[in-house]
Amino acid sequence: MKNTIIEVTNLKKDFQVGDMTVHALKGINLKIQQGEFVAIMGASGSGKSTMLNILGCLDKPSAGDYKLDGISVAELTRNELAELRNAKLGFVFQSYNLLSRTSALENVELPLFYNDKVKSKERRERAIAALESVGLADRMHHMPNQLSGGQQQRVAIARSLVNDPVVILADEATGNLDTRTSYEIMELFQRLNSDKGKTIVFVTHEADIARLTSRNIIFRDGWVIKEQMVAERLSAADQLKLLPVGDHEA
Amino acid sequence: MNYVNLVKIAKNALLRNKFRAFLTMLGIIIGVASVIAMLAIGQGSKKSIQDQMSSMGSNLVFIMPGSQQRGGVMMGNSSSQSLKLEDMEAIRQQCQNISAVSPEVRTSGQVVFGNENWPTSIYGANAEYLGIKKFAVESGRVFTEREITSLAKVCLVGQTIVEKIFPKGMDPIGQTIRFKNIPMKIIGVLSDKGENSFGQDQDDLMIAPYTTVQRRFLAIDYIQGIYASAASEEKTDAAIAELQQVMRKQHKIAKPEDDDFRVMSQSELVKTFTSISDILTTLLGAIAGISLLVGGIGIMNIMYVSVTERTREIGLRMSIGGKGRDILMQFLIESTLLSVVGGVIGILFGYLISAVVGSLMGWPVVIMTQSVVVSFFVCSAIGIFFGWYPAKKAAGLNPIDALRYE
Ligand SMILES: Nc1ncnc2c1ncn2[C@@H]1O[C@H](COP(=O)(O)OP(=O)(O)OP(=O)(O)O)[C@@H](O)[C@H]1O
Ligand SMILES: [Mg+2]
Repeated sequence: MKNTIIEVTNLKKDFQVGDMTVHALKGINLKIQQGEFVAIMGASGSGKSTMLNILGCLDKPSAGDYKLDGISVAELTRNELAELRNAKLGFVFQSYNLLSRTSALENVELPLFYNDKVKSKERRERAIAALESVGLADRMHHMPNQLSGGQQQRVAIARSLVNDPVVILADEATGNLDTRTSYEIMELFQRLNSDKGKTIVFVTHEADIARLTSRNIIFRDGWVIKEQMVAERLSAADQLKLLPVGDHEA
Repeated sequence: MNYVNLVKIAKNALLRNKFRAFLTMLGIIIGVASVIAMLAIGQGSKKSIQDQMSSMGSNLVFIMPGSQQRGGVMMGNSSSQSLKLEDMEAIRQQCQNISAVSPEVRTSGQVVFGNENWPTSIYGANAEYLGIKKFAVESGRVFTEREITSLAKVCLVGQTIVEKIFPKGMDPIGQTIRFKNIPMKIIGVLSDKGENSFGQDQDDLMIAPYTTVQRRFLAIDYIQGIYASAASEEKTDAAIAELQQVMRKQHKIAKPEDDDFRVMSQSELVKTFTSISDILTTLLGAIAGISLLVGGIGIMNIMYVSVTERTREIGLRMSIGGKGRDILMQFLIESTLLSVVGGVIGILFGYLISAVVGSLMGWPVVIMTQSVVVSFFVCSAIGIFFGWYPAKKAAGLNPIDALRYE
């Protein structure tokens, strides 16, 4: 049995909007093991993003426990949470969230600026290595607005990798991309998962994408209604080959 | 978090938003430069008036015809014929606090030498006049008592006249020039005095015996003014009182309200003009204050307008491990850099504008250290505060709320 990286017990999240309380998460129990590639699925408004933000320590739960890599998150201060995000977590957002007018390389370097142990030379080397691993070695000095959506998302993935996190959290990372580019990004995630053993939690709407992961967790109205291992896990590389040739839109 | 990294982050963030950085700095530059320049110009005018006035003799007191007006400025009232030579003589004999006294009569006209001519004024006085009004004789001599009684056609000329009507290198002494068609022999040349604070050329004049000017040019027997030196600067007030007393006795005036003359002193004039230029300085200071305000509002605006973008940036930085204080420090370094650089540029511009305006106006500009310090610190404080405040707010948000900020 591998290490449990994420352990969530009876976790709740309420939002107060005016007089109304929205119960976004109503009592979630989850365990994710090291090396898993988990897809979180569910209808719009079912609480997927809310869950992921809490897993990423970007937001605090209203009740319940969350242990990340053995650490009980609820007891940490804001600064300790920041350190935890820096050391153990990598984020990939639907809207990339790159700093504009900042080269791909500098965007990727960013998390290492907040890590005192990394000196400037090492920072640069690691950022270059991360960009190489997402296949963007030749675009290092491009600005975000000089890159396609898929390329921007690769930069964001490189940024999430550069600190060597234990978990990568992705919220609809392929949501803005066309089918082929989505598969290309998924191929990258699959490689990170299988070759580097990264644990990945991936929120998606699309069943096709979910079939490329190892386990699916389905949300509805703030509850987990179903968890299942993916029976016939597909390879994104194979799927790419099946796509019609002319399908590659800009 | 080490400071080298923070400074690098702040520097990169500034370079990323050069235009915004420039606009912010512009607000600071305008604010600082205008305060410095405005106050320097105001102070300069004040100083130049003071300098000029005291160069005319700080113990100068003079009597003009006309009624007394509190705080009134010397204005032409020469149509009045109330001053007589006997008044001057009485002053000479009775006033203890007066060391020298001279009548003054004046007229203007064209001075001609050979083919050259020049419009100027002639002042009629006695020999003491030069000492009273701080004129010095560069070459030649002053007219004698004899020349006064004989209505001699002799004169002293200022440097401007020498320049305008005499060929270069020619010695004017002994030459005869014509003023209002009357030939006048030059017996002396005055030394250079320059312009006064109103841009008036103090070297553009002729001085002749008052009798000559009275009779030959004006055909009058009264005088237009009496100039005197108080025995010392401290005795000026006593001298004024004495003069009023003597003049009232001479003119048989019982009540000061009935005075048909005005006694004024140089120091009183200095005060009047200084208070005028104080008003000017206050006015300029107010304009400068408004520029500072406008500059400040400009800074706030730019800082605030960029809050949305910057809040997301803060959210992102927090999500990848930036701590609240790292982010605050980054913004503090950014806005301090902007403010200090902008402030320094503003100071340079302030000096530059002052120098340019000063040389255009012919004023010495006096840059006040207080205006430099105050404007620099006010602008920097606004810049730093409005750089820091949004960051402070954003850094206190949950990372996710900062990321989603719109
Ligand atoms: N900051 C917030 N304030 C108030 N309500 C919120 C907030 N964030 C989310 N919610 C509510 O919580 C519920 C879950 O939202 P969440 O964003 O997690 O859904 P989702 O599953 O990610 O949906 P989608 O697939 O559309 O992204 C929704 O009803 C939403 O309105
Ligand atoms: Mg969502």
